[in-house]
Amino acid sequence: MTQPRASARPGRVRAAGQVRLERRWGWIFALPAMLGFLIFTIGPMIASAVFSLTDWSIGSKPNFTGMDNYVRLGHDELFWKSLTVTTYYTIGSVPLVLLVGFVAALLLNQKIKGLSFWRTVYYLPTLVPAIASAVLWIWIYNPDFGLLNSLLRQAGLPTSQWIYSEKAAIPSLIMMSTWGFGNAMVIFLAGLQGIPRNLLEAASIDGGGAWARFRHVTLPFMTPTIFYNLVTGVIGTFQVFNQAYVMTQGGPNNATLFYIYYLYRTAFTEGAMGYAAALAWVLFVIVLVITVLLFRNARRWVYYEMGGAR
Amino acid sequence: MTTTVDERSDTQRRGGRVAPTGGLRRRPGRRGAGLVGRGALALVLTLGAAVMLVPFVWLVRSALMTDNQIFVAPPEWWPKPFAWNNFTESLTAQPFGLYLLNTMIIEFFVVSGTVLTCAISAFSFARLRWRGRNVVFALLLTSVMLPYAVTLIPTFVMWSEMEALNTFLPLTVPAWFAGAGGGVFNIFLMRQFFLTIPFELDEAAYIDGATPWRVFWMIIMPLSKPVLVVVVIFTFIGVWNDFLGPLLYLGDQDKFTLALGLASFQSNYTAQWGYLMAASTVVILPIILLFFLLQRYFVEGVTLTGIKS
Repeated sequence: MTQPRASARPGRVRAAGQVRLERRWGWIFALPAMLGFLIFTIGPMIASAVFSLTDWSIGSKPNFTGMDNYVRLGHDELFWKSLTVTTYYTIGSVPLVLLVGFVAALLLNQKIKGLSFWRTVYYLPTLVPAIASAVLWIWIYNPDFGLLNSLLRQAGLPTSQWIYSEKAAIPSLIMMSTWGFGNAMVIFLAGLQGIPRNLLEAASIDGGGAWARFRHVTLPFMTPTIFYNLVTGVIGTFQVFNQAYVMTQGGPNNATLFYIYYLYRTAFTEGAMGYAAALAWVLFVIVLVITVLLFRNARRWVYYEMGGAR
Repeated sequence: MTTTVDERSDTQRRGGRVAPTGGLRRRPGRRGAGLVGRGALALVLTLGAAVMLVPFVWLVRSALMTDNQIFVAPPEWWPKPFAWNNFTESLTAQPFGLYLLNTMIIEFFVVSGTVLTCAISAFSFARLRWRGRNVVFALLLTSVMLPYAVTLIPTFVMWSEMEALNTFLPLTVPAWFAGAGGGVFNIFLMRQFFLTIPFELDEAAYIDGATPWRVFWMIIMPLSKPVLVVVVIFTFIGVWNDFLGPLLYLGDQDKFTLALGLASFQSNYTAQWGYLMAASTVVILPIILLFFLLQRYFVEGVTLTGIKS
């Protein structure tokens, strides 16, 4: 009965048998994840890189063509168009979603009646299957019988062709994406709940008004959360597909030719697998560069050291 | 808590200006301000909720209208008469029962596979000490940043070579490898949770001669219900909403999932908007119901991830 003493000091004294057990089983238990990573991430990544150096199309034999695909990309107008469209969408959508999500989270972080009801209502659009919400918004944007134009007409305001006009298509999709700020909001809420209450109280005792408290306690504490939402938001908008596929088919006149939609068309409609793989790798590099830039920039405004106070 | 609440409402009411400070002003001024602030808050929330809900109302209203009534300008908000047959007819126009069955089969294999294999990996990363553990975990985490497009084409080719197109295998098998790709988030989530369970429990069990499997299954899993529920819900919704996966891998109509059925419905039946709206309503409702019942786990779940720090 001397051994239970060891267990009273957690993590320090371990019986030799336990060390051996943990080593052997640790490996086995992590195996599904490691295999999954190899088979479904590393393997395909390497294969994708190799494909991108060939002229392989469905139904033909691949030839090694070196950097040809990448050179061709430079002259491909649709590639540049899709990049512009996607960037435009990202720049429009991400800040809006962040702002609306943050404000909503601030409002829903208070003691009010029916909190779970409110949260559900604001989160609802994120739950709607992409296809159903696409169908819904096609109908809202219908120039003749849609909800938006009907409301505008009744208010005596000018109407729009929405997703059917080259100019208004992307702003329309940005508006639709803002409707789905729920995910950002939930993460902001979690962040707000992590702010130590005693700090807010201390600021209050020091005579800090509501704005001062927000500016000097809440906001600094929320910077990591804002940053997280920013990064995942940008990565997410660079991968938009459903809206283009279901709502606009990339039109009108390629105004909504999102990058992944162009990639999908290249690979699975035209069957140009090699070229599409090159597209995928360029996207990977773009996302990587943006992420690195965001992380570098983050040093200036994200207060990680405060997280240690929790 | 109440202090912060009242103060925040103040900010709103005054448009964010700094209040004149002074310890004594607290009680009397505050109660009235709280009431006004609360009223303003309720008003803002209600207006916001209206904006969020109008599209849904529009959907349900259209689902209950005949096509004649849908195409009336200016539009009417109230179906007259209620076209209930939209629901019965749209759901029989295509085999939506079969689509539901297909979706549920995929759900079953994906949810069970994801939860089991992610939990066991997370257990290994959180509570078993082995060489290289942290390096492997960090490597796994990097895959979160990877755009799915990079692996899309080779993965498709792989399943095609294995002649698994038009089966559920490409959609279900990755789940049994710790969710592969997207599953890393689940591992991360569960690992965070497992780290909060006292380690003395494991130590005591090992002294009693337990194996790591026993510790995982008899101690950690029963204590981890909250995080398991979160992973189940997230995974379930992910499968329910997935569109690109089924679009790529399922060709025959008798293999279609609900999302795919709805999309094909959209292209084939654009003339019959009432049908389309009714079918959309039916696809949306179960997920809303599920969320409403389990709502509190969501925020809790995100809090658990430790994103806040």
